[in-house]
Amino acid sequence: MTELNQTAAVQTEPENSETLIQTPPSPPEWRLVLRSLLRHRLGLTGLIICTIVLFTAVFAPWISPYNPVASDYDAILMPPSAEHLLGTDDLGRDILSRIIWGTQVALQVSLISVAVAIVGGSVVGMISGYAGGWVDDAIMRVVDAMIAFPGLILALGIVAVLGPSLTNTMIAITIVNIPNISRLVRAQVLSVRHMDFVMAARGVGAGRLRIMVSHIWPSVVGNILVYASLSAAGALIAESSLSFLGLGAQPPTPSWGWMLSSGMQYWNAWWMSVFPGAALFLVALGFNFVGDGLRDALDARIVD
Amino acid sequence: MIRYIFSRLMQMLPVLVLVSMAVFSMTLLLPGDPTFSMLGEHATAAERAALRERLGLDMPVPVQYVRWVQHVITGDFGRSLRNGEPVLNMLAQRVPATTQLAIQAIILATLIGVPLGIIAALNRNSIRDVAATAGGMFAMAMPSFWLAMLLIMFFSIFLRWLPPSGYVPFFKDPIESLRLMIMPTITLGTILAGLILRQTRTSMLGVLSADYVRTARAKGMSERRVILVHALRNALIPIVTVVGLQMGALLGGAAITESVFAVPGLGQMVVDGIFNRDFPAVQGAILVIVTFILVLNLLIDIIYAWIDRRVSR
Repeated sequence: MTELNQTAAVQTEPENSETLIQTPPSPPEWRLVLRSLLRHRLGLTGLIICTIVLFTAVFAPWISPYNPVASDYDAILMPPSAEHLLGTDDLGRDILSRIIWGTQVALQVSLISVAVAIVGGSVVGMISGYAGGWVDDAIMRVVDAMIAFPGLILALGIVAVLGPSLTNTMIAITIVNIPNISRLVRAQVLSVRHMDFVMAARGVGAGRLRIMVSHIWPSVVGNILVYASLSAAGALIAESSLSFLGLGAQPPTPSWGWMLSSGMQYWNAWWMSVFPGAALFLVALGFNFVGDGLRDALDARIVD
Repeated sequence: MIRYIFSRLMQMLPVLVLVSMAVFSMTLLLPGDPTFSMLGEHATAAERAALRERLGLDMPVPVQYVRWVQHVITGDFGRSLRNGEPVLNMLAQRVPATTQLAIQAIILATLIGVPLGIIAALNRNSIRDVAATAGGMFAMAMPSFWLAMLLIMFFSIFLRWLPPSGYVPFFKDPIESLRLMIMPTITLGTILAGLILRQTRTSMLGVLSADYVRTARAKGMSERRVILVHALRNALIPIVTVVGLQMGALLGGAAITESVFAVPGLGQMVVDGIFNRDFPAVQGAILVIVTFILVLNLLIDIIYAWIDRRVSR
């Protein structure tokens, strides 16, 4: 968070201090950002990992060698072999196929819940920052209260109330992510609210909605993307943690977290625990790399 | 200064009230009639009504909330729905384990993160820097329960050095307690070590180019003294802040760690409580965790204002 705030602070500096009119913090020039992201070694690695995962998820039905939920009672707890590359689990299901289908669950949770959180958090943050006064105070106290909960504990509490399921896990993760995003957006709104370009837009008669959407939003979007890719990793790990505890995806859904928790019962079948965890770790790492690369890419733009 | 502490306290109060409302409303939001889980399905309507009256469930919600707060303030967190044990007793038994785990994790993470962060900053862009930074990122992306499983497979199943789970209170048998806590500590400390490493590197890099470091060097001070006395001391402030801010994440992570290694702490109390639908226990544990974090953040702010007087004005 601190680093994100620093980027926010840097971005709001008027870029050309010699002119008397404050220019809007220019929206990222995406071609430049993409170019420096591709030059960023870790960022590129992350992009490659994410692309592979996306393809795996989309083409799962064609590349997965077995049905991920079909049990084969003649092949229970088989170690990795030519037939089952990553072995089979306690019900004789092919681990590789389950990991391949698990990418769908992983992406579904991390992308959807973070996307919804961004929309929700942005709306809340913009209202809070733009309205000011008691509305702002009230919203921010609620946000403070939500942030006071450790993310995973809040998610556990929400799932406890809603009941364990993949959808409820996604709802919980979305709610957990909203306060941070709304703080980020609010800070940005506050810093540009009284700048000349907003005043000018208001002067020519632009409505509040128009000012927020077409003048303020573009200056926030860079920071939000960085936050989004970092919290996609968090969302993925949160989902697997809940599934691991038995509170997330329910069997037979091939969730990596659930696969790991069944691995806890068969320690000698190491392949049941090592491979799904490695997949999870790799994808979380990929999201983190993209986030880091994006942050550097957006920072480089300011230095240029 | 006193006025600053007072105003921070005043800011914390509404947050605490909202938190308590959220925790309280957990029971209201629950689907179904709580008397069913307490009396079973075969109780008569009269028995249910009696229980509802005894629990105060027949009163308006705001009244119920005020009563609940009154009880909590006097230390009455209700009784466990599972075995009737007062939640306060359960909390008292579980706080030491979580405290021990958290303290050990912070110590381990600091001992790894700070030196590696300094090494990375001093050798910027060298192979050591890249290795340390990559290590930090790996540590931060590591799903804690997977790390826990790998540790168990290696130390308990393969080497047979450590039992896979168990807990002994520290003051009963310190050595055995520490031995059993080795794997939980590594599990919980790894992510934090990565974060500390990264923050140490960043703030050391910032400080190393500062004028007073150049002055110290120009005075002919030994490099060791420049780094440890002048640079590190100033770099420590943001590091301490990060550790403080991460306490929430640390206690959340404790829920997973404690569940895997069967450590009877607050996190395990939340998870077990959810499974047993023992909501007084869940509420009590969450309330204690969140209050602890709020108080800790308050303390950090006060220490900050004490170090840097500008903050309080």
